[in-house]
Amino acid sequence: MRIGRQTVKLDNPPVIIETSSIVGVKEGEGPLRSAFDKVLTDDTLGEKSWEKSESMLQKQTMLLALEKATLAQGDIDYILAGDLLNQCVGAHYSVRDFDIPFLGLYGACSTMTESMSIGSMLVGGGFANHVMCLTSSHFCSSEKQFRNPLEYGGQRTPSAQWTVTGAGCAILASKGSGPRITHVTTGKVIDKGVTDISNMGAAMAPAAIDTLLAHFNDTGIKPDEYDMIVTGDLGVIGSDILVELMMEEGFDIRENHRDCGKMIYDIEKQDVHAGGSGCGCCGSVFCGYIYRELKRHNLKKILVMATGALMNPMVVEQGESIPAVAHAVTIEN
Amino acid sequence: MKHEMTNQEYNEYIKKKTPNSKIFTNCIKAFIAGGIICVIGQCITALMKKWGLNQEDAGTYTSIILVFLGALLTGLDIYPRIAKFAGAGTVVPITGFANSVVSPALEAKTEGMVLGTGAKIFTIAGPVILYGILASWLAGIVYWIISLF
Amino acid sequence: MDFLKAFIIGGLICVVGQILIDKTKLTPARILVTFVVLGVFLQLIRVYQPLVDFAGAGATVPLTGFGYNLCKGVEKAVSEKGFLGIFTGGFTASAAGISAALVFGFLVSIIFRSKPKK
Repeated sequence: MRIGRQTVKLDNPPVIIETSSIVGVKEGEGPLRSAFDKVLTDDTLGEKSWEKSESMLQKQTMLLALEKATLAQGDIDYILAGDLLNQCVGAHYSVRDFDIPFLGLYGACSTMTESMSIGSMLVGGGFANHVMCLTSSHFCSSEKQFRNPLEYGGQRTPSAQWTVTGAGCAILASKGSGPRITHVTTGKVIDKGVTDISNMGAAMAPAAIDTLLAHFNDTGIKPDEYDMIVTGDLGVIGSDILVELMMEEGFDIRENHRDCGKMIYDIEKQDVHAGGSGCGCCGSVFCGYIYRELKRHNLKKILVMATGALMNPMVVEQGESIPAVAHAVTIEN
Repeated sequence: MKHEMTNQEYNEYIKKKTPNSKIFTNCIKAFIAGGIICVIGQCITALMKKWGLNQEDAGTYTSIILVFLGALLTGLDIYPRIAKFAGAGTVVPITGFANSVVSPALEAKTEGMVLGTGAKIFTIAGPVILYGILASWLAGIVYWIISLF
Repeated sequence: MDFLKAFIIGGLICVVGQILIDKTKLTPARILVTFVVLGVFLQLIRVYQPLVDFAGAGATVPLTGFGYNLCKGVEKAVSEKGFLGIFTGGFTASAAGISAALVFGFLVSIIFRSKPKK
């Protein structure tokens, strides 16, 4: 049922029956290590190129989710997947071996909640019994595509974020036990004219604010009803902006706001400047740590909102700014 | 948003929110690293002259050897680690030029010898060569005009 | 003494680069271009030669020295070959540096692999 301008309230809320998460070496050295299903010992995954490594990462994560849920490929009605790479090669090359209808998504770092939004509407609407939501990012393939060559000797600015090597997969089902997705708030593309490609948090914060305000207005839910309002990868600077500007709007989220980009690394010790980013950031933290906490009933009701900077380096060189989007889903136990 | 900010206001706001680079410590690090690389260059030049080369050839050899070292350290993944500390101290010396040639070539290897390594080797260094040559061409015209009188 | 001079002048030129990076958000590629062009210009107005005489490698190792070489090369070529020198001077002077970068760059890319970063 549609409520308000941007939100759907699911009358038959789909269940997140299982998740899987695999992260890279550096992420495995972070504070959430124990929450991930698997930590890689080699970020190449034995592949010859970074693009192939990322694709393999997605494939392994997806297979792991099937295994954990004891489902076969034939049980899955749709797979919704995406990543950061051009033409979503991470997703396309990982799903080509599967016998599952596929919809490719590009929402930059917002892909995890974008896939869960669409997935829960497919399941909630009665069009599917099982939907798989899958995203990944890889530090090396992202650097190659968006920034400088890996061996290039440059300094990162204090606002720069570190792309997470990791992937997350969630299986949504019409029946079963587990936390349920009850509301979906779909964001609009917001561009506040930020042009600095090493300040993604600041570019994405306005989109996060816009979606969050729409969510509160549409649903009437109060911020303190949530045990946790978790954003994808706003990082240190973006989180700071979000919390401060939400205060000005009259919503106090100081207590319960968390950010996956700040959670996945030990910011000081691991020298990641403003924190983590990438599809795999929210993907692995949600499918790893947050899902575990939901299962343990340490969290009752949360809002997950991944934010994406829809940045294309070429168009930014042409003088354009960075559009951003944020999608939110309410998850209740 | 109730308190709608214009793009300009937002950009000014985030400027305040974004920490600045620690410019003073960065400069000291760049000074030390850059200085050391130049001293190494000076050592090589002195050695070459001791072996009987003239000033010009010694200087040329110095460039070649520094470029070699920069390339090798990039391949060994050591140069980017030093660069993280040194910033411009490793960008500005000729070893940084070598790094900017090697790093894209190394990474593009997966796309093959011609369109990978071959095409990408100039992605960062290409502009340097283009504008360097262009500037020298303009300088050449100036010298040539002067030579006419 | 030569070494101290090289250290100080070389270090200072790098500090200029660092200030440009931190203050102007210029990408390193733009810094490199700026430095080379600046080197050509400074030599054209006869400022860079005294610096080279004073600091040796401290002035020739930074990329401004690459520009200085280009300019010196073209000056020499024009004096020897006239108009033709405008076209040959730059590349002749920079031949060693560019050839070395390409050859070693190619060899290194053949031998090594790009590695994950931490």
